[in-house]
Amino acid sequence: MTVRPVSRPERGWQVQIYLLEVVYGLGVTFRHFFTNLWRHSAALAGLKTEPGAVTIQYPEDPPALGVRARTRHRILSRPDGTPRCTACLLCETICPARCIRITAEESPDPLIEKRAKTFDLDLGLCVFCGYCVEACPVDAIRMDTNDLRIPSFDRRGMIWSLDKLMGKG
Amino acid sequence: MIDILWVFAKVAGALGFGMNWAAFLGWVERKQSAVMQDRIGANRADILGFRLIGLIHIIADPIKLFTKEDFVPAGVRKTFHLLAPSISLGFPLLALAAFPYGGNVSFLGRSWSLQPVESPMGLVLVLAMVAVGIHGVVMAGYASNSYYGLLGGMRGAGQMIAYEVCLATTMAGAVFLYGTLDLAAAAAWQARMIGGVLPAWGVVFQPVGFILFLVAGTALTKRTPFDLPEGESEIVGYHVEYSGMKFGMFMMTDLIESVVVACLGVTLFLGGWHVPFLPPSLPFLGPMLEGPVMACLMLGAFTAKVALVLFLLMQVRWTLPRFRFDQLLDLGWKNILPLALANFLLTAWAIYLAKAWGVRLWP
Ligand code: SF4
Ligand code: SF4
Repeated sequence: MTVRPVSRPERGWQVQIYLLEVVYGLGVTFRHFFTNLWRHSAALAGLKTEPGAVTIQYPEDPPALGVRARTRHRILSRPDGTPRCTACLLCETICPARCIRITAEESPDPLIEKRAKTFDLDLGLCVFCGYCVEACPVDAIRMDTNDLRIPSFDRRGMIWSLDKLMGKG
Repeated sequence: MIDILWVFAKVAGALGFGMNWAAFLGWVERKQSAVMQDRIGANRADILGFRLIGLIHIIADPIKLFTKEDFVPAGVRKTFHLLAPSISLGFPLLALAAFPYGGNVSFLGRSWSLQPVESPMGLVLVLAMVAVGIHGVVMAGYASNSYYGLLGGMRGAGQMIAYEVCLATTMAGAVFLYGTLDLAAAAAWQARMIGGVLPAWGVVFQPVGFILFLVAGTALTKRTPFDLPEGESEIVGYHVEYSGMKFGMFMMTDLIESVVVACLGVTLFLGGWHVPFLPPSLPFLGPMLEGPVMACLMLGAFTAKVALVLFLLMQVRWTLPRFRFDQLLDLGWKNILPLALANFLLTAWAIYLAKAWGVRLWP
């Protein structure tokens, strides 16, 4: 077992009496205050400055999402327009929130064994972990829509069907 | 008759001064913290689409508090539960009547004082009112019939008594210098210039006293970093069992107490209503204009100084983390009180020496 000695921070009297540290801290906050105040006033006066606040006023401003943000799911389709999903139920199995419900049926295409008859995803239960995306063997489900406007006024509205997930109605 | 009416007008003015500051401070609190923390702050309330940089929230907040259910839990001691917010808010408001918002101005052939309650014991009056306000906190904790409330009330009592003592001691030096407990006389003492350049404000003679006063004053207002009695975000405090406007009154108390402390600091250490480099009278304005103009200047100076102190207090409130309770009491009893006493003794000694050597400090 290795021991890594960690030195305690040296606190001289000037730190211990706290008053100087208070002045230092006030200096930091005052600097922020006046810088931001200047930026806000300059923006009001129509000058070009850096923004005075990092706040994103969401419904008015577009949300700033990371490049790898996990957002609402979508089901991808084959070139002929049918869903890529082969109803293997791997996503349903791995989903920790148990919010995917798939019923499988025989596919009319002889080269494809099964297809999803229904594919219901309850976004009200989903924890956006992304396991379903990882589990899918045919890359049929992804979470890259960057669509945040999924809320609904009732729980039923949060359950998205296959058509909705494919972007059809 | 006219005297009584004038006193009533002044008291109403003082009340309005405090209440408007309290409402305005709600906005200042939000916006100042927001600007300081690179945020925007509350800006959603609007009237016909006008948001006025969040000022509409001043109206929206009381409407919300008044229309909320005023829930009184079963088992509280009803009388005291009802009385506590009024005591907590009412007495600091009373204290506001004792401050000299301006000196004497002559108008219509008589002299008008701008101090609502002209008492030779003004300072004692203020301290007494603030001290009675403590009872509201303890009463709220006791009447709530809740351990959390009671503990919060006890913390509040311990803290506010400690800092009430400290506050009085920090001011002792200044009071000794002015030789009076009359706040108007104290302000008048400072209303002059030393050698025509330096205002003879208390802070020039009592810098240590002023800093200690600010610390003790902040602690007395129960606001962060000294908000142990309430600590609404983590440790619940004496007003857990309150809702609606009664809760709002406790919140307002803190702001009113801030205003009281700021007024006290301005009166004793920052020259009160004194405008530097302004002659004591402006005869060229004529008898009709001189009095009102002087009054406006004094009131403006007083308000501006109060605003400055409140700005500083607000910044402190959003900068420092909360103290632990033992640190808080240590700071009060073991640090501020001895320092304030030493400051007082030094001041007394210096005044004695100055008088013995005939140094002219007094008007
Ligand atoms: S993101 Fe996670 S919780 Fe949501 S559907 Fe996929 S596996 Fe289930
Ligand atoms: S893991 Fe992919 S292919 Fe399998 S059921 Fe889910 S979405 Fe369909």
